[in-house]
Amino acid sequence: MSDKLLKVQNLKIGATVYPPGEKPHDIEIVHGVSFEVEKGKVLGLIGESGAGKSTIGLASMAYGRGGVKITGGEVWVNGRDILKTTNADVRALRGGEVTYVSQSAAASFNPAKKIMDQVTEAAILQGKFSKKEAERRAVELFRKLGLPDPENIGNRYPHQVSGGQLQRCMTALALCPEPDLVVFDEPTTALDVTTQIDVLMAIKEAIRDTGVAALYITHDLAVVAQVSDDILVLKMGDMVEYGSVDQIINNPQEEYTKALVSVRSIEHAEKTPTPEPVLKVKNITARYKGTNFDVLKNINVELHPGQTLAVVGESGSGKSTLARVITGLLPQSNGSVHFAGRDLSKDLGGRSKEDLRELQMIYQMADVAMNPRQTVGTIIGRPLEFYFGLRGAEKRKRIVELLDEIEMGAGFIDRYPAELSGGQKQRVCIARALAAKPKMIICDEVTSALDPLVADGILKLLLDLQKIEDVAYLFITHDLATVKAIADSIAVMYQGEVVRYGGKTDVLSPPFDDYTDLLLSSVPEMKLGWLEEVIANRKMESAGN
Amino acid sequence: MSLLLKLLAQRIALGLLLLFLVSILIFSGTIILPGDVAQQILGQSATPEALANMRRDLGLNDPPIQRYFNWLGGVLQGDLGTSLTSGKDIAESIGKRLGNTLFLAFWAAIISVPLAILLGLIAVRYRERWPDKLISAVTLASISVPEFLIAYVAIFFVSVRLRWAPSVTTINDSMSLGEKLHTISIPIAVLTLVVLAHMMRMTRAAILNVMQSAYIETAELKGLRMFTIIWKHAFPNSIAPVVNVVMLNLAYLVVGVVVIEVVFTYPGMGQFLVDHVSKRDIPVVQACGLIFAAVYIGLNMFADIVSIVANPRLRHPK
Repeated sequence: MSDKLLKVQNLKIGATVYPPGEKPHDIEIVHGVSFEVEKGKVLGLIGESGAGKSTIGLASMAYGRGGVKITGGEVWVNGRDILKTTNADVRALRGGEVTYVSQSAAASFNPAKKIMDQVTEAAILQGKFSKKEAERRAVELFRKLGLPDPENIGNRYPHQVSGGQLQRCMTALALCPEPDLVVFDEPTTALDVTTQIDVLMAIKEAIRDTGVAALYITHDLAVVAQVSDDILVLKMGDMVEYGSVDQIINNPQEEYTKALVSVRSIEHAEKTPTPEPVLKVKNITARYKGTNFDVLKNINVELHPGQTLAVVGESGSGKSTLARVITGLLPQSNGSVHFAGRDLSKDLGGRSKEDLRELQMIYQMADVAMNPRQTVGTIIGRPLEFYFGLRGAEKRKRIVELLDEIEMGAGFIDRYPAELSGGQKQRVCIARALAAKPKMIICDEVTSALDPLVADGILKLLLDLQKIEDVAYLFITHDLATVKAIADSIAVMYQGEVVRYGGKTDVLSPPFDDYTDLLLSSVPEMKLGWLEEVIANRKMESAGN
Repeated sequence: MSLLLKLLAQRIALGLLLLFLVSILIFSGTIILPGDVAQQILGQSATPEALANMRRDLGLNDPPIQRYFNWLGGVLQGDLGTSLTSGKDIAESIGKRLGNTLFLAFWAAIISVPLAILLGLIAVRYRERWPDKLISAVTLASISVPEFLIAYVAIFFVSVRLRWAPSVTTINDSMSLGEKLHTISIPIAVLTLVVLAHMMRMTRAAILNVMQSAYIETAELKGLRMFTIIWKHAFPNSIAPVVNVVMLNLAYLVVGVVVIEVVFTYPGMGQFLVDHVSKRDIPVVQACGLIFAAVYIGLNMFADIVSIVANPRLRHPK
């Protein structure tokens, strides 16, 4: 073979599926994919969920997750076809020549073992280093990856370090045995944007310094543009486009790639506030039972009828807690919630049916927010019965209307949630919220679990529905691109406080406070060299201070 | 650390409270048993005066609450009272019996616990393949057959036909450890068969549950051997449920071996208890009940403590 480190030819992967009500059968999920990676180069695998990118990444370690089987093609690593080699050779390959960084380091570290033991395990077991050498190398990697206290962090248990730190530990785990190739499977997707940028930079520098090659799997084209040399675009197990990062980003040839590059096409002009807000949150302070720490500190925000207030912040900033207070799930210790001209009772039990009807909610995980044993018709019909007493043909007529509004149609009325795609499930949840004819809907990270193109569709739908139904949205998200797309006013939250609040244009225009500046500059942009630019700017700023 | 200590203190306090409640239950239970001890001791021909005197001497005429606290006070000082039928000190006569029961339970546990866990690990390693199915079939069959039947079958073959070990398992202090173990080898084997299945199945289920975790995939992608993964990565995370079921079975080995003791005429607690129930010797029955309860609660408390300590989040707080 040539000097190609990894060469994949016509790779076909199958899986056994168990559809409800049908016999289990085999399907093909990757239909003949070919690509190659040279020593020290990074190939980005990009696509939406179901594109087969993780499956292909794991195939380069001769591994099939669950019932996934490699059914055809060749995978050459260092000059041998790893699909035809011995079990012992495959074990030497995994953790020796090719290593893996998963999306969720929190789940991928064994909770019962110290970080150091897990980071060095493969290197020692594969005979690459002695225990002492491996530990010295691990400390060096911890330092290189910018972890605090690199000498001692290995003595901690996984739950004792933060998510972003653990993700860097996972990278150290992958780099410790001096592999030739690392498979990064969405390594920053679960992180906050401000953390993501640090981890991204750490990964990029580690790749550069160690000269290791990498497969970088992600659904976020802006991220992959920062770290890759080449990009392979995948859709439903097929190759769509394969080229250099410059060509894919700046000169995409295929329609699908163009759509991925130009996603976030929504333009939404800010509306002017009305005299009478539908929701007025006044001086809200709240804490969880049994704790002595305020998770919300003196929050004041307003939402106007038919408009959208985006509440944005990182995990732990208190944005979901604010939703819990407004819905009555967590009674506040101080302050009041004024809604549609009346004060809402602190706790859920004290609220009238009318209060409940006019304030609806949509969640991040559409599939756990629906009863899997109820049909779409039953799910949407329930609020119609409960709030309006609709029955029979009348109810059905209204359900069909709602299904038309969410652009799905009457054909879905007898389907079960398991038969719907992620985007369709979220649409059904929207219809269920609308069925109550609410004045306001709280949307809690409703597009976070969806692919960019699908999320885009949901956001467009929400904006259209806002025009028709004149409903207000309290939109909770960590994604600033979403905020820019749909908000009229924005509240930036940080550690339980609103640090910046006002109309969209004002909030997103300089001068910024430090936190908002950090947040805005951390959102990956779809251009080459963005990451270096941001890091250089930050270094300059801190040097200037 | 403080959270860990608090949880442990809570659990221990709960165990003591439970033991106290059980002592009330045992005492009231023995009071409402039918039959009269005085009548039992003196026989059918006793005169009413003799019976009345006997009852007064035994304190049977005192109100129950007073009798309960007299008894509890004694127990707390290690005085379990005197046997009504033999007149001997109960603590003394139970001590020896309890020692024998613990001896048998100890050796049965030494063999069955590691064996059950090993079989569980093997079953996970070869899950859904013939070793797994064979282990499950054999252990389930042995738990499904009544233990006295296994015991008699074992006596017939091992003791009567092969003459490898005795069927009557009386042991005494003059025997060496080797002789004792040879004597009780059949009951040990039968007890092992009885408790094996439960522990093996639980080990298998607990580890299989953990095998779904993402960190097992990480271990697989490090190129570790399957057995290394099961032993080093899966097993430490399934200790809590395994310890719980192991302790339940250990408790069974102490308090539930009456049938085996009777079949093999082994001089343990179970047989002692059964004898004294039929003699209406209430103080002995109460003492035995309390000791059994203490063993049961103590072992389960130990299991809970291990589960709490096994949790790295409690052992190493942030």
